[in-house]
Amino acid sequence: MEKIYSHPKSLRNLSTHYCPGCGHGIAHRLIAEVVDELGIREKVIAIAPVGCAVIAYDYWDFDCSEAAHGRALAVATAIKRVRQDNIVFTYQGDGDLAAIGTNETIHAANRGENVCVFFINNAVYGMTGGQMAPTTLLNQKTSTTIKGRDAGLHGYPLKISEMLALLPGVKYIERTSLHSPPEIIKTKKAINKAFLNQIEGVGFSLVEILSPCPTYWGMAPKASLDWIRDTMSKEFPLGRIK
Amino acid sequence: MKKVLISGNEAIAEGAIQAGCTFYAGYPITPQNELIAYMSSHLQDKGGVFIQAESEIAAINMVYGASAAGVRAMTSSSSPGISLKQEGISYIAGAELPAVIVNIMRAGPGLGNIWPAQSDYFQATRGGGNGDYHCIVLAPASVQESFDFMRVAFDLADKYRNPAMILGDGMLGQMMEPVKISNTRNKISKIKKSWALTGCKGRKPNIIKSFYMREGDLERFNLTLQKKYNQIQEKEQRFEGLFLDDAEVILVAYGSMARIAKSAVKFLRSKGKKSGLIRPITLWPFPKDIFKRLAISHKPLAFLVIEMSYGQMVEDVRLVLEGKARVEFLGRSGGGIPTEDEIIKKVMRL
Amino acid sequence: MPKIIIDRDKCKGCLLCVSFCPKKLISKDRGLNKKGLNPVKFSDKSGCLGCALCAIICPDCCIEVYK
Repeated sequence: MEKIYSHPKSLRNLSTHYCPGCGHGIAHRLIAEVVDELGIREKVIAIAPVGCAVIAYDYWDFDCSEAAHGRALAVATAIKRVRQDNIVFTYQGDGDLAAIGTNETIHAANRGENVCVFFINNAVYGMTGGQMAPTTLLNQKTSTTIKGRDAGLHGYPLKISEMLALLPGVKYIERTSLHSPPEIIKTKKAINKAFLNQIEGVGFSLVEILSPCPTYWGMAPKASLDWIRDTMSKEFPLGRIK
Repeated sequence: MKKVLISGNEAIAEGAIQAGCTFYAGYPITPQNELIAYMSSHLQDKGGVFIQAESEIAAINMVYGASAAGVRAMTSSSSPGISLKQEGISYIAGAELPAVIVNIMRAGPGLGNIWPAQSDYFQATRGGGNGDYHCIVLAPASVQESFDFMRVAFDLADKYRNPAMILGDGMLGQMMEPVKISNTRNKISKIKKSWALTGCKGRKPNIIKSFYMREGDLERFNLTLQKKYNQIQEKEQRFEGLFLDDAEVILVAYGSMARIAKSAVKFLRSKGKKSGLIRPITLWPFPKDIFKRLAISHKPLAFLVIEMSYGQMVEDVRLVLEGKARVEFLGRSGGGIPTEDEIIKKVMRL
Repeated sequence: MPKIIIDRDKCKGCLLCVSFCPKKLISKDRGLNKKGLNPVKFSDKSGCLGCALCAIICPDCCIEVYK
């Protein structure tokens, strides 16, 4: 009998600090699987965000750097420019990438930096206790929008991927989801494409991954996946954006 | 060795290149624009990486990244821009990364103006960002020193894995003087950076971070930082002394201000007034040993601290002397610079 | 015959694998693991397809699949 699915080598065999049903564990694993399959573990340099995934470097078994909140793409830009033979990616949440780090995100994309961005969109600030994120849906309740996000007060969910797609420096953007095994497989394919783009020198590639946060959505894990399928993916349509 | 006539800003840039700097990121701000312009052409010509960043915040975080990847990296700015960089400087100190930050000071607060000032002394020497940390701070007083100190700054940054700051001002950045340029690029002492991010081939993965959540971890880390800072304070104090042997009034000034103070001292000497000068070269670590020694052995009438600020370094002088000597102060800021006449009058009145 | 092995002590009991197993072979374990949580168990070993959907959806990388 052959082992057909197991722990990827690039992911340490540890129990993570993530809540039950959290999507970060799946996203971490998919990246580790692709790194293993492409044989690039010894070349990878990852940039961890500030947010729930801040200690992603405790889980991945390759070189990693922390970055200040929102600054991952500035850090990644420099690392890739001075180490062009390495494979550099950032792993960022919605607050990190699309609120405090919007400037760094847009300009790294506009410079066409040859890096990969894995953007975890869970429509909420997880680590600080479930506050409104730039991607929070209208009417979604968070600890800073207790009556639901109101466009008049809080603005609209920010579609940063669609915005970035306008920039000529951006070569590949796809929005995927973790709400079911087929979508997870599509996510892995997108991650693979982003890495291949970097290896082939194509340029800036971003995969936006809709990811469940059962704790701060106030839902059971399976209900969170269903909410992505039925509600969140209507606001953030899945598929190739660029 | 060649001699060229260049500005302080250009000397800093060329000094950095000769010191083996291969990464520069910056954002335009007056009065340091010649520095970024020089880097944009000369650093790239020598195979280095130059990035005009989208903000000072992005620039310092790029320096963080380049340094994490193991190369000599720097940024430069002027006062309001340096305020923006404080986040990144704190992270660089917390991650124990070597980096060089140049502050060509202008007057504040706020947007202030573009005239020279020395009012960022507190920010430079106390840390500036969040947390218990220090930058090593060097204050050149000539265009030659602007060139020479870049090598010192990069060497100290690498040696201690700590940010080093060059604290100049708009006058120094803009003035032109002849500079001896020695080509030292090939003689850089290569400290092996086994901690750098290079990909984990043949070794365990490296992690660059400043986040310590487990109980006790951050306190332990902070104690190792403090140990390093104590070592720097013991070993790296630098100053220039002038006529200290018999001085009755000792002027204290750094950077551009020290040049004016030096002229005043020479004039006072010509009139028979026994004055001297301490010019701190490292502002952190502050050269406290010389003050303590002079206060006890010479018992001068007074130390007169002169700054292009309303009294920042003077606090260090008072702290160091612990009331053992009289400390007087003369300062202006906002565009005004204490003149030689003002200094002489002040000394004569003491 | 295909089978899965669950790392009982890493499991956080999110039950996503239970929802996605096409043969309904995974169920909640009434006993507690080292975390003090109810993990899942592979209850019926006879009909496993080795499809790995459980492993793919598992956020905690607790499931190995053999075929």
